[in-house]
Amino acid sequence: MQKLFIFCAFLCCTNTISAQDCNYTFKGKISDFHDNSIIVGASVQIINTNKFTSSNLEGEFVFNNLCEGKLTLEIKHVACDTKRVSYNLTKNTFKEISLEHHLEELKEVVVKTNTKTEITSIEKSLKKEVITQFTDKSLGDALNTISGVYSLNTGNSIVKPMIHGLHSSRLLIINNNVRMFDQEWGDEHAPNIDINSSDRIDVIKGANSLRYGSDAVGGLVLIRSKKHAIIDSLFGSTTTSLNSNGFGGNLNSEIVKTFKSGYYTKFQGNYKRFGDFKAPDYYLTNTGIQSINASFRVGYNSYEKGFDAYYSFVNNKIGILRSSHIGNVSDLVEAINNREPRIVEDFSYDINFPRQNIFHHLAKVEAFKRYKNLGKLSIQLDAQLNRRKEFDLRRGDLRNRPVIDLQLFTTSIQPNLEINKFEDFKINTGLLVRYQNNDAIVNTGANTLIPDYNKSELGTYAILDYNLSETSELSFGVRYDYSKIKARKWYVEADWTALNYDVLFPEFDTGITDGLELLTKPEFTFNNFSTNVGYSKRFGDAYAFLFNYGLSQRMPNPSELFSGGLHHSAARIEFGFLTINKETANKFIMTLERNNKNFGFSISPYYKQIDGFIQLIPTGIKTTIRGAFPVWEYNQVDARIFGVDIDINKEITNNFDYKGSLSLLQGDDLTNNNPLIHMPSVNFSNKITYTNNDFHQLKIGVSQRTTLQQNRFPDFNFTTLNPVTQQQVFVDISSTPPSYTLFGFNSSAVFYPFKKGSMEVSFNIDNLFNVSYRENLNRLRYFADDLGRNYNLKIKLNY
Amino acid sequence: MKTIKLLAVLFISTLVFTACSDDHDDDHDHGDDEELITTVIYTLTDGTNPDVVLTWEDLDGDTGNAPVITSSTLMANTTYTGSIQLLNRTETPEEDITVEVRAEGDEHEFFYIPNSVELNVNKEDEDSNGYKLGIETTVRTGAASTGTLTVILKHEPTKPNDDKVAVAGGTSDVEVTFPITVQ
Repeated sequence: MQKLFIFCAFLCCTNTISAQDCNYTFKGKISDFHDNSIIVGASVQIINTNKFTSSNLEGEFVFNNLCEGKLTLEIKHVACDTKRVSYNLTKNTFKEISLEHHLEELKEVVVKTNTKTEITSIEKSLKKEVITQFTDKSLGDALNTISGVYSLNTGNSIVKPMIHGLHSSRLLIINNNVRMFDQEWGDEHAPNIDINSSDRIDVIKGANSLRYGSDAVGGLVLIRSKKHAIIDSLFGSTTTSLNSNGFGGNLNSEIVKTFKSGYYTKFQGNYKRFGDFKAPDYYLTNTGIQSINASFRVGYNSYEKGFDAYYSFVNNKIGILRSSHIGNVSDLVEAINNREPRIVEDFSYDINFPRQNIFHHLAKVEAFKRYKNLGKLSIQLDAQLNRRKEFDLRRGDLRNRPVIDLQLFTTSIQPNLEINKFEDFKINTGLLVRYQNNDAIVNTGANTLIPDYNKSELGTYAILDYNLSETSELSFGVRYDYSKIKARKWYVEADWTALNYDVLFPEFDTGITDGLELLTKPEFTFNNFSTNVGYSKRFGDAYAFLFNYGLSQRMPNPSELFSGGLHHSAARIEFGFLTINKETANKFIMTLERNNKNFGFSISPYYKQIDGFIQLIPTGIKTTIRGAFPVWEYNQVDARIFGVDIDINKEITNNFDYKGSLSLLQGDDLTNNNPLIHMPSVNFSNKITYTNNDFHQLKIGVSQRTTLQQNRFPDFNFTTLNPVTQQQVFVDISSTPPSYTLFGFNSSAVFYPFKKGSMEVSFNIDNLFNVSYRENLNRLRYFADDLGRNYNLKIKLNY
Repeated sequence: MKTIKLLAVLFISTLVFTACSDDHDDDHDHGDDEELITTVIYTLTDGTNPDVVLTWEDLDGDTGNAPVITSSTLMANTTYTGSIQLLNRTETPEEDITVEVRAEGDEHEFFYIPNSVELNVNKEDEDSNGYKLGIETTVRTGAASTGTLTVILKHEPTKPNDDKVAVAGGTSDVEVTFPITVQ
């Protein structure tokens, strides 16, 4: 390990050369503020330049050939506060610099100056402090603050992240290096992740990171933990959050123990409880939530080898707006025409029907070893179990039995080899073997929407990162995936023949019948190929240009292939088709950014062409004994999505900061020359923050976020016969809600009431002016307004 | 601060133990739609003529084949006693859902809505709260005419509701329409 640092220091020192007749030398020595021990391997950067070095075994570093004038250094080290120091350079100088061990900061991953997933990837990150702000909300809510990231909601507790208009199976969510499989295909299936268990969340908008899969048509969300310092320490934090809307809150605790020997362990637990939320004018009956989550980690870390074992579980019991349970299209028309929900009751903590009850267990073990003159070899084993029960309003004895009860088990093994012996390039290659089993539990007394199936996958990839120069990098990756899915599904015989499956897929017919139903065993294999090219270039004082091209292929998910029947919670009949094939996306994205505190920006235009884009759209009406229902069918079209994300930050004065963002997006169905369904509309946000570091690190901010009405939508409105009046009525399921603007207030301060540790108090108001609004991307927008004002108080104790 | 750390550990471990109680019924047989109503039979009797039987049947459920609707002709200016029956004929023996509806009468109500036909339906039975239920009815026909009769079963309607579907709200468990001729 020490050899490495010497090597590093040597490398960096020799690289810091600049022209002109500047020949001053700056020498520094870095030590621990508390015990004066020297700090080895801290990275040192001259701000607004590309000059880097790191401290050697004596804690010393040196910059040569410096000009006279002001010199600002930024010093980073694992387990220490990042520190900035300025000197006026008039002669050769030597300074001792002390770094402060700060317990909370132990959680920041600052191993190298570059903390990106891949140096050429186009990504945005949420740090721990932002995650803490969303302690009592969901992953989707937190991601929503990033430009270009939206969410598809079912009410306010079920929030699915959406990148550039794409969600569900098109978005890979990687939780602690494990790809989440939690029945993510459904629009109302939110990711089963406790946001509190993460230390950092990255959103990769580009096509990079083939390591995780070939089907990231939309992008990736990486939920990360951090590396712990190799010291003896015990620390933790407890966050309490209280809210006026929903009269509920959240309690989260985590505690970390690290050892000098390299071992570490972490416990985290979280309990969340809310009652009925409130729109400005009424309570949203049956929208309470109860959530119990915990995670446990143990591992060992040294430079040469290490392991990490992680287990987490998530249990969510989520109430869904009572009024959204409707019987048939007549009820839907009634709901759309009545501006108030059908059922409005007084506040209650009860979670009745409809509701979801979900368990998600995730476990993984990862180990690595470094080899001289080769690189790092790692292997990961993981397993996940997801159990989803959806309860609906039912008659008699069935009342307490779920309508949908699915159990999904996934396990995989992933060896990975990172070859970094070469000076100019790095190779990352690996293998994936995965097995998945879905068990549609029969005891529901309802037809299963998703059948039993087994799925096997085999994937391999190679990624090459090449340093073109000191400031530019090129990356190139390829990946191949083989997958095979075998299902077991009962079809109504009339459907089987009507869909022509008896001709197309006679081999799936087992000949076994039960009443009017036929047992079939569909089996499909897919070969997916994906690739990406990335380029990044840093220039000027803080500018960077990045470009990504990616080809991704995605096999249809089980819902797109097999669903067939009434989807109770959506009051529609949904049909998937065995004839659906894979979709292929070509994605281009580039970014020009300036990383500077005084004035920075990032402009990211993108263009995606998706052939065979699978979408679920309304196609007609079907009469059942319960009345008429809209029929939604999956079909494939050629689609295109393009847009631009813009972020700006500006320091107005020493105390005032401005941040703004704008997202524009357009999605088109090129086959039918129509806009794509469920595409996000233009939105922009502005925020001004006052900071006073001398007074309890006081922060006061005001924010605004505007979402404009989506005027580009496909018109799937239809008319249907009202059986009561025997007249045709217009069913407006497509028209979008009007624009809205929400204001927010936030404030926070830090206190030191104990001998050790700190207390962070924040007070926030969401929807400051209690505006009534409906969001186009909320599936319950037909039935009720979105949330009204909320007062929130958070207290975080660091100890 | 030590106490806080200890409390934090306790809190987390409590969560671990309470949340780990999961169950799984490992039943791999073919599941049936136990809620399914396949058949609505509305029988009208006037005591002298043969019974008038209106049937609406869809044996393969929400998807598959279209429903089979059989209707009959009613006599003009006649009073019938009506009785409605809901069946699930995919079960053997067939299941009479009407029994369940009667037992949960306070959560259900039938509505009979004639259209362009001289027909008047009165509900004759009551739920446990003394509000109308509508399994048993009296039907009075007027002059000769043709039109439709829609039968709706509402789950969790507002009661009483002045016999108006719009006031009742709730969700529709059954909504079927019969063509009707009175002559």
